[in-house]
Amino acid sequence: MTAAVPNRKSYAGRMRSPWSAMSVHLGLICVCVGYLLPFAWMVSTSLKTLEHTSDVPPTFIPHPWQPQNYVKVFTHPTFHAVLFTRNTLIIAILTVFGTTLSSAIVAYGFARIPFRGRGILFAIMLATIMIPFPVVMVSTFRIFRWMDIHTTAWLGPGNPLQMLGTFKPLWLPAWFGSAFNIFLLRQFFMTLPKELSEAAKIDGCSEWAIFWRVILPLAKPALAVVALFSFMYVWNDYLAPLVYIQRPDQYTLALGLEAFQNKQGGTDWTLLMAASILVCLPTLILFFLAQRTFIEGIATTGGK
Amino acid sequence: MTQDERQNFFKGMAFLSPWIVGFAVFTAIPIGLSLYYSFCDYSLTVERRAPLWIGLDNYRQLIHDTLFWKSLANTLYYAAMALPAGLLVSLGLALMLNANIRGQSVYRTIIFLPSLVPAIASAMVWLWMYNTQFGLFNYLLGKLHLPPVGWLGERMAMPSLALMSVWGVGNTVIIYLAGLQDVPRELLEAAEIDGAGPWRRMFSVTLPFLTPVIFFNLVMGIIGTFSVFTVPYIMTQGGPNNATYFFTYFNYDEAFKFLHMGYASAIAWIQLVITLALTAIAFWTAKKWVHYG
Repeated sequence: MTAAVPNRKSYAGRMRSPWSAMSVHLGLICVCVGYLLPFAWMVSTSLKTLEHTSDVPPTFIPHPWQPQNYVKVFTHPTFHAVLFTRNTLIIAILTVFGTTLSSAIVAYGFARIPFRGRGILFAIMLATIMIPFPVVMVSTFRIFRWMDIHTTAWLGPGNPLQMLGTFKPLWLPAWFGSAFNIFLLRQFFMTLPKELSEAAKIDGCSEWAIFWRVILPLAKPALAVVALFSFMYVWNDYLAPLVYIQRPDQYTLALGLEAFQNKQGGTDWTLLMAASILVCLPTLILFFLAQRTFIEGIATTGGK
Repeated sequence: MTQDERQNFFKGMAFLSPWIVGFAVFTAIPIGLSLYYSFCDYSLTVERRAPLWIGLDNYRQLIHDTLFWKSLANTLYYAAMALPAGLLVSLGLALMLNANIRGQSVYRTIIFLPSLVPAIASAMVWLWMYNTQFGLFNYLLGKLHLPPVGWLGERMAMPSLALMSVWGVGNTVIIYLAGLQDVPRELLEAAEIDGAGPWRRMFSVTLPFLTPVIFFNLVMGIIGTFSVFTVPYIMTQGGPNNATYFFTYFNYDEAFKFLHMGYASAIAWIQLVITLALTAIAFWTAKKWVHYG
């Protein structure tokens, strides 16, 4: 059906001479040193004692060496590592699942069903990416409050439809598709040959069956990208939790890091850095393991 | 409408329905509300105060607000540096990271690493690196017998933030890398047989194929730079002397610090219009330089 040549290793990636490989290594090593410098400083600070964090001139090798900082992160009185991880995971899993599924459904409609008004709806959807955050945040908060007032009147306080004070304002909107993900998936779905759908239609598949059984399995790499992107985004998101989370026992990891910043000045740099490294470790490992899937997934592997 | 058209319309609507509902509840209604607020005197400082219609007064006041012009100029200044720098650096990095060499995944992870660091942490680290007395940059300048620089002083603060933004281009690099996987190898091979050298192949084959991706990153960049908030909020608090006071920051202050919801909504609406206008310009120029293969 498709004359697709699996384009695993792109041509541009092949190295002809050892010299060109060497020069790429050299260039990348220089850049990587620069990119690693701030991170190296994080690691170094996380292993120092507090009084050595502002040494002049700066010292990179911690002396004395204090790996206990990493243990202290777990016994800190206001940074509850396990609880915050649990909260973050609940929000992240619900968000990732919801946004991947709903964005794929909507993207399919935009990419593969020709209907009147599609162009203008797509333009509107793209425009929604540009909507300034604070405005929507304030009015959305008001809408959630309005919903709560009405559901409480019907079902009493503490009912399962209660929004504010729960994690719902953070993950529920993800179940209605996110413009960026819809755009990404739509671009991918567009590259899949039309003949695929037509053949399935002749075999008597409904539109939903074409989507679910033909297109989605081919889109696994692109779906993985959307899932990974949104996981990384939610994991580090700061502003939405800041607005919607009220009780300290509901804090996410990114929000909880505030615990090390003393409002009266005097940030505990060593613990802040140790905790930050622990917080980015899961996404770092995930990226390292999945980077090829990640990149090939955004690429339109469906064939040219 | 023919039978088929009608059927397609309903099918399309069915697939779009999650987004249509979400758009209404989480975008259209909030945006509509804020448009209404932007024509109102609506301060939350007064208990239980309802929005009071004042027409264009908020917009009139904005035109005479020096902070409005300052934050707008700042944002454009930042965009003029961060946007091209980010697009070019990430394109260069992607080209190198696409080379099939040993350690490729390690290099890719290192370049992506900054995008994974929580905002508070990266702001804190750069705050230290930019510190005039004991920061890393001035220490290195001292080693080279150069005078120290006031990195976060009024003159340098904005370029410094733009430099920092280049550190966090991981997401853009990933999208470029993905685009590079799509450049058809047959075409590159044909070009090579025809005697095109590596540079010629890059400019005549690779880059034209990459233009849709460059365009995508440009649009996302425009949107992103107009929403910059967290880093200046944590690092410079918009200072010194409002040198890093961004448009979104102005909006945030009016909304959450002074609780002038009406005024803030007017600011947000102007921001929305500017972003849309810039994106429209990008789309308009796209006809001339973006090639869909």
